[in-house]
Amino acid sequence: MSKKIIMPFGPQHPVLPEPIHLDLVLEDERVVEAIPSIGYIHRGLETLVAKREYPEYVYIAERTCGICSFIHGMTYCQGVEQVMNLEVPERALYLRTIWSEYSRLHSHLLWLGLFADAVGFENLFMASWKAREFVLDVLEETTGGRVIQGSCKVGGVRRDIPCDTLDRMVKDLDGFERELQDIANVFLNDESIIGRTRGVGMLSRDDAYYCGAMGPTARGSGVGIDLRMTGYAAYGKLKFTPAVETGGDCYSRCAVRVKELFTSIDLIRQAAAKIPEGEIEVKPKGNPDGEYFSRAEQPRGELVHYVKGDGTKHLVRSRIRTPTLTNLPPLVKMLAGCELADVPVIVLSIDPCIGCAER
Amino acid sequence: MTWLSKSPWILHYDASSCNGCDIEVLACLSPLYDVERFGIINTGNPKHADVLVITGGINEQNREVVRNLYDQMADPKVVVAVGICASSGGVFRECYNVVGGIDCIIPVDVYVPGCAARPESIIDGIVKALSILEEKKRGTHISQAPRQGAGGLR
Repeated sequence: MSKKIIMPFGPQHPVLPEPIHLDLVLEDERVVEAIPSIGYIHRGLETLVAKREYPEYVYIAERTCGICSFIHGMTYCQGVEQVMNLEVPERALYLRTIWSEYSRLHSHLLWLGLFADAVGFENLFMASWKAREFVLDVLEETTGGRVIQGSCKVGGVRRDIPCDTLDRMVKDLDGFERELQDIANVFLNDESIIGRTRGVGMLSRDDAYYCGAMGPTARGSGVGIDLRMTGYAAYGKLKFTPAVETGGDCYSRCAVRVKELFTSIDLIRQAAAKIPEGEIEVKPKGNPDGEYFSRAEQPRGELVHYVKGDGTKHLVRSRIRTPTLTNLPPLVKMLAGCELADVPVIVLSIDPCIGCAER
Repeated sequence: MTWLSKSPWILHYDASSCNGCDIEVLACLSPLYDVERFGIINTGNPKHADVLVITGGINEQNREVVRNLYDQMADPKVVVAVGICASSGGVFRECYNVVGGIDCIIPVDVYVPGCAARPESIIDGIVKALSILEEKKRGTHISQAPRQGAGGLR
């Protein structure tokens, strides 16, 4: 029995794109326990509701996280709209769905690139990020921003996508899908990736459920939770089945995200085919009075925006719960018993977004 | 870029950014922008780095980390504040945990505007920083005193 040593990992660390600190308790090369500590990027933006009026707070909500910014803005708007009983026009709901799915594509491709980098596959990192630029170009063309879109507002959306642009977007998806198939083929079948990820960072179905895993982390362990099934925005009118894998290892979590890329493309095609003509926004009247618990599926899992208003221009409380926070307890489970050299891959496999988690 | 006598290496630290600027910094490495063709490499080791690229503003917990990273870097060194949060605290400057821009802790040489800053402007900012680095190496750079709290609240 060797002596236990504690090795600090982070906040600034070559393999970490974002600051999280882990104290790894080691016995030789084996991790016995991982103790996370967070707070390096805490800003306290929830308190800004007292200083910004409720329609202005959308841009703060969007800046909770730069990767899934659109979905943050949308979830906040959904909450306020429910409190104010606003009937959002159908076309706006479809546009929100399309932009959400493009955000998911860009987030998953970003993650796949970082994951390939953690495995040591530089070429694949470049391929994923090259494919991602296509998505960013579409987002920039339709909303004006590459990563922070700012196109959602209380009562609808700020911009419409003209029909001919939408047709071209759908047409362009064909070539993009072929490119993704090549990348997906490598992620799912490459020997070195399978060797690095199969059986690494195991999370059983029960652990995933009881630790509160969300999104691809849960679906990689066989827990089929997908908030899009609740039918918010226009998801209720589109057909899809969530990707679920039962392996519970890093490979399964990667496979879930690879499959979701194609689900997203399919959802964009369906939404573009069904989108009705009409208005894209309604003007909110009065101020929100009441509370609502708004939920949506972010690329990383379930996102919750709680809003509470008291009839004034300023909300009383905004509370955000992000999927990375709920995925940290499962991460601690995965890390216990792994080898030190596998830590970067396992930490990345939950797709940590510390910017969201700490706000 | 003919004046570059060596390959500048970059140390990127996410202070309290929303990730928007971070992923744009990373996008500079992707095949579309590919800064590696100039010999620019994103390193994780402060001792290897010439340019410190910081995204996001300073908060109570990371002020020591930023100070520490800056002190560990060898001279001459330049600091690039990427994005409006790093420059002044941005939309978060009124948050209780945000101290302000990077310049309330360490001297900043180049400010890159934008929320989120575009890869083109980040590359432009780093190229500007490299000429300052060259001046510092020759000893011709007139250093500005750190703007203590100029963009921040405290």
